Amino acid sequence: MSQYRVLPGPEHFLPPAAASMGIQLPNPGEAHINGVIVSEDKAYEEAAKQFLMAKVPTIFPGPLVLWAWNEKAAKKATAVRHLYNTLKECVQPGQTPMLIPMPDYRPKYPKINPEVEINPNHPNLTIWHNKIDCCMFIGVHCHQANLSLKIIRGGTSCYTIAMCAQAGHEDAMLSFRDASVEKIMKLAEWVKKLKGTVQPRLTSAKSGASN
Amino acid sequence: MADIHSVIGTKNKKGQTYTDTWKMMNEAPRTPSFYTGSEVIKEAVRRASCDVMIAYPITPQSEAAALIGELFAEGYIGDYFRGESEFAVMSQCAGAAFGGARVFTTTAGPGTMRAMENFPMWSGARLPIQMIVTCRGINSPLSIQPDTLEIAYLLNTGMLVWHAETAQDFFDWILKGYMVSEEPDVHLPLALCCDGFFVTHTKDVVNLTPADMCLPPYDPYRSPVPCMDMECPPVRMMRDPFVMKSNYISYATHASWQQEVWAAVERSRKHSIHWLNGLIDTENTDADIMIVASGTAVSQGREAIRLLEDEGVRCGLVKVKTLRPWPEEEIREATKNAKHIFVPEFNVTGWLAKEIKATIPNHERVHAGPHVCGGMTMPPEIIVNEIKTTLGLKKSFVMAGRGS
Repeated sequence: MSQYRVLPGPEHFLPPAAASMGIQLPNPGEAHINGVIVSEDKAYEEAAKQFLMAKVPTIFPGPLVLWAWNEKAAKKATAVRHLYNTLKECVQPGQTPMLIPMPDYRPKYPKINPEVEINPNHPNLTIWHNKIDCCMFIGVHCHQANLSLKIIRGGTSCYTIAMCAQAGHEDAMLSFRDASVEKIMKLAEWVKKLKGTVQPRLTSAKSGASN
Repeated sequence: MADIHSVIGTKNKKGQTYTDTWKMMNEAPRTPSFYTGSEVIKEAVRRASCDVMIAYPITPQSEAAALIGELFAEGYIGDYFRGESEFAVMSQCAGAAFGGARVFTTTAGPGTMRAMENFPMWSGARLPIQMIVTCRGINSPLSIQPDTLEIAYLLNTGMLVWHAETAQDFFDWILKGYMVSEEPDVHLPLALCCDGFFVTHTKDVVNLTPADMCLPPYDPYRSPVPCMDMECPPVRMMRDPFVMKSNYISYATHASWQQEVWAAVERSRKHSIHWLNGLIDTENTDADIMIVASGTAVSQGREAIRLLEDEGVRCGLVKVKTLRPWPEEEIREATKNAKHIFVPEFNVTGWLAKEIKATIPNHERVHAGPHVCGGMTMPPEIIVNEIKTTLGLKKSFVMAGRGS
């Protein structure tokens, strides 16, 4: 088993792809936390904790759930909205949940500001000078998600969660696979269940861990 | 949007039943058939639910390309046409795959080299195109004979690269190859290579799956990048690339893009092991002497082992099935007991031996050879002689033209 761990950064000028460091994706029914395979239940609990600890917990829905291109996508979008509303209900004063849509991947021109923006393929993906300290990707095409997750890990201390509809993402600190409406709703239930039990971290700047 | 699982058990327009691929490959009855490798390619494609095949003539793949044209005439393939050159063919394959089609093509030798610019583009665009490479000489003076040098050029393109030993490998791996390369966490092109003529133009008994069963269709909606959209990457960036901008994040994105392609090659490891029953096959791994080979050099190595056994010399074998993903751990484990490792190859540079030397500890154990190239055959006797010479034993065979 790989000794490498997928941790909040800033990790490196150009961090490696976690898959190249031996991190493997979970099998159906599993998830991973920091690159270690865990049960889905453990991942729900950890993801909910991370959301409730964060000063600015943020959901980044991508085009696969933002556009009603099939019935499932529309239902997932509703579930994402429910998760966001649940977060707003469950956080404490001083915490600011956000929902920032990324409807497509058009590069932003004429230039981007690397201090503010993460990836030219996600013009709306911003971590605001590292003020977003926990984020979840959902409905982002896998390749685009992996690029961004890796760049975030390389340059920021943001805790990343992937709710992936396919095989999951090693480059996130925590990843689900085979995302469905039920899984999004279950994560919302865990957030509700842990309300008031998690001490929020009310400073956004972290020194970050590294391998 | 078609759900793949919902079409299992239904029929296509040719009356073939879309079948769970694992059942089709592992549980369905097989019929022994006496076919050339080219005919086997046709029979695999008949069962592969391909949407598009694009052809261009170059020996020794021309026959397979023509036979697939017959499949089109019979209605088994959605579209089939001849490109203007190999470069055009591979570009047209990209267009079809961007549009969400399951794409198949074949090439060889100088054709592979001419089209080379397209292969890293296919990988970077995450297009799961399957390309058969029937290897032949690439150098001047012209040779159309077997030579595997072109594989060396494919190894760093980001494609999956598999090397078939036999026509049976070819039949099974064409079908299984789509299952690996179309996984959303992989979604990369596959170069399925064989040694031209030795595999394509010789007849062998191949066990075929039923012709009335076929693969489930490709589902482009599971792709890790969007289907063709001129405003979104990767298409947008091909016409308006990162090189046009100069800032850290643009370069970091491009670097991460490349890393992600190679991460996908790594992810293919798990799926390749599942479908191919391991990335390597082994025999006698407790022996002091090992032969490590890929393609038809495996067959010659196997015969050399038999000849050596007759003389009381015990020798083991590693058949390398996938070159990308590279079976690093597997080769290290399989050769851990070996004092001498021989790598017979059908090319002049010995690229496989170099890969193995970079993989194992104490790489002075690796003897790069014997080599033949330019269309020469590799009699098992020259492998035997190479081994016996290294061991300080008397050669068993007198080989004309080899200074014996």
